Amino acid sequence: MTALQSPQSPRSPAEPAGTSAPSPTSRRGRRRRATALAPRDKLVLGLMLGIPSLVHIALVWVPALGSVGLSFSSWDGIGGFADIEWVGFQNYVDILTRYPRFWPAFRHNLIWLLFLLVVPTVAGLLLAVLLDRQLRFGRIYQSALYLPMVLSLALVGFIWQLIYQPEQGLLNNVLGTASTDPVNWLGDPDINLYAVLVAAGWRHTGYIMLLYLAGLKSVDPALKEAAALDGANAWQTFFRVTFPVLKPVNVVVLVVTVIEGLRAFDIVYVINKGRNGLELLSVLVTDNIIGESSRIGWGSALAVVLLLISLGFIITYLFQVFREEDRA
Amino acid sequence: MTAAFRPGRIALHVFLVLTCLVTLSPLLWALYASLRTYDDTARNGYFSIAESLTFDNFTSAWTTADLPHYYLNTLIVTVPALVLVLLLSSMVAYGVSRYSFRFNLVLLMLFTAGNLLPQQVIVTPLYRLYLLTPLPAWLSDSELLLDSQLGLVLIHVAFQSGFCVFVLSNYMKTIPAELGEAARVDGAGVFRQYWQVILPLCRPALAALATLEFTWIYNDFLWALVLIQTGDKMPITSALQNLKGTFFVDNNLVAAGSLLVALPTLVVFFTLQRQFIGGLTLGSTKG
Repeated sequence: MTALQSPQSPRSPAEPAGTSAPSPTSRRGRRRRATALAPRDKLVLGLMLGIPSLVHIALVWVPALGSVGLSFSSWDGIGGFADIEWVGFQNYVDILTRYPRFWPAFRHNLIWLLFLLVVPTVAGLLLAVLLDRQLRFGRIYQSALYLPMVLSLALVGFIWQLIYQPEQGLLNNVLGTASTDPVNWLGDPDINLYAVLVAAGWRHTGYIMLLYLAGLKSVDPALKEAAALDGANAWQTFFRVTFPVLKPVNVVVLVVTVIEGLRAFDIVYVINKGRNGLELLSVLVTDNIIGESSRIGWGSALAVVLLLISLGFIITYLFQVFREEDRA
Repeated sequence: MTAAFRPGRIALHVFLVLTCLVTLSPLLWALYASLRTYDDTARNGYFSIAESLTFDNFTSAWTTADLPHYYLNTLIVTVPALVLVLLLSSMVAYGVSRYSFRFNLVLLMLFTAGNLLPQQVIVTPLYRLYLLTPLPAWLSDSELLLDSQLGLVLIHVAFQSGFCVFVLSNYMKTIPAELGEAARVDGAGVFRQYWQVILPLCRPALAALATLEFTWIYNDFLWALVLIQTGDKMPITSALQNLKGTFFVDNNLVAAGSLLVALPTLVVFFTLQRQFIGGLTLGSTKG
């Protein structure tokens, strides 16, 4: 942190990627009405940036890299680091070829992602489009639709259990199957994943709607007017004009949904600890810490699989966000 | 015909009312169940007209599950975490957005990306790290970072700072640089510029983030489940799991307990909805 400089020009306080590590001469060139920071200010600023970064790096990035490192080990957590035995890619090979719970969990995660990417996204976009106009009671509708968003996924699991109970639940009673042939929504491994997904989607839709509403508000009305003047109907205007302009929002929705999908854990854990049709990668990882087995290397390898899936989306997101920065 | 009475408009309203009712139905169903007596639902089933309505389940859930104790557990984690995360994040955001140095963008990206990692990628080594870190007995009776409230506060601060740094730095970029400069000319050091000039201007963003972070930290399930081992120290969301055992099969109590646990977040939502929504949109769009 030796290259600290004084404030930049008003509208571009943060320098874009290309110019953030320039040669000394160009750095001096960019320094406008500036005098270098006093040594004391440099120290203060160093601490203001250093302490939080240290906390963040020590507790987020070091463990994340630790997962990668430990995934090449066989360690039951007993004894010190000297007792760790390094086994190369053995954990990964075993997980992919011999671990019966891996592929079901992987498949469930995939279904989870696809479901969240389709159902709440389409519903959220539709509702956002419907609500993006002068509408009486518009705010009340929005509040009602946002409401599930503030509940924890664990609590969502609890509340939906009351809906899904075979004999007493709301769903079977409304369908009229409660007394005759009650469907065991959460107990039947063929359908419980979808039942849980409906509950998770219930909570997720409001969030997606919120993101799209914010995006729609920022679409220039002149664009739509121009399309209307050219004779486009509502569908054409939406799909040819509005939707393409929403691309940055779409990226955010995609990333938020994928990350949410990969993190999903609470709801299945509350319902049945993630067993019997509700296995997820996140559950398998957690089982190696608080569950019956304590295979650190194994759990870490599973975590790395999650990391690899999420990394692509995280990079996409960073690219989207910080490329905009460049243009700003 | 005015806009309000066109058939299209009416259809739209009908559709939206129905959608809202369906959306609210799980909560309304829980509320209905929670207001009925055990005898009533045992005799008539849950899908029936209530014989009488009562708040007894709420008082009973409150005492049998010892809810005040768990609310308190949540409080002693949430409040320090909230204050610390806003303080530390705003300092980083200030540095990153108002000064230019070599690692500027890298640092911002690091925080932003850290915020998006699935917790499970972190949790196994974090558990080990906490297990290896001793604490003095006055800080934690486990004498370790594991099973201590401090440990929980720290991971919330570390993990949530990613989102807060991102949002706050975007916000601070919209504040003209002249403001800090004027203070600097008057002889204010870096910290005073941050504390007395920039931070007060960030109040709307801080309010939005505080609302959002309160909900997120309150709603945390995984961190506490893994990092807290004594059931007595669990925050309320993670304690739900045990409450289920306490209530056994009494759905009315489960419903009442669930609603009581949801209550603080619902109150926040209804009183601070604008901040809550604002925080989420601040995070998704630019400043």
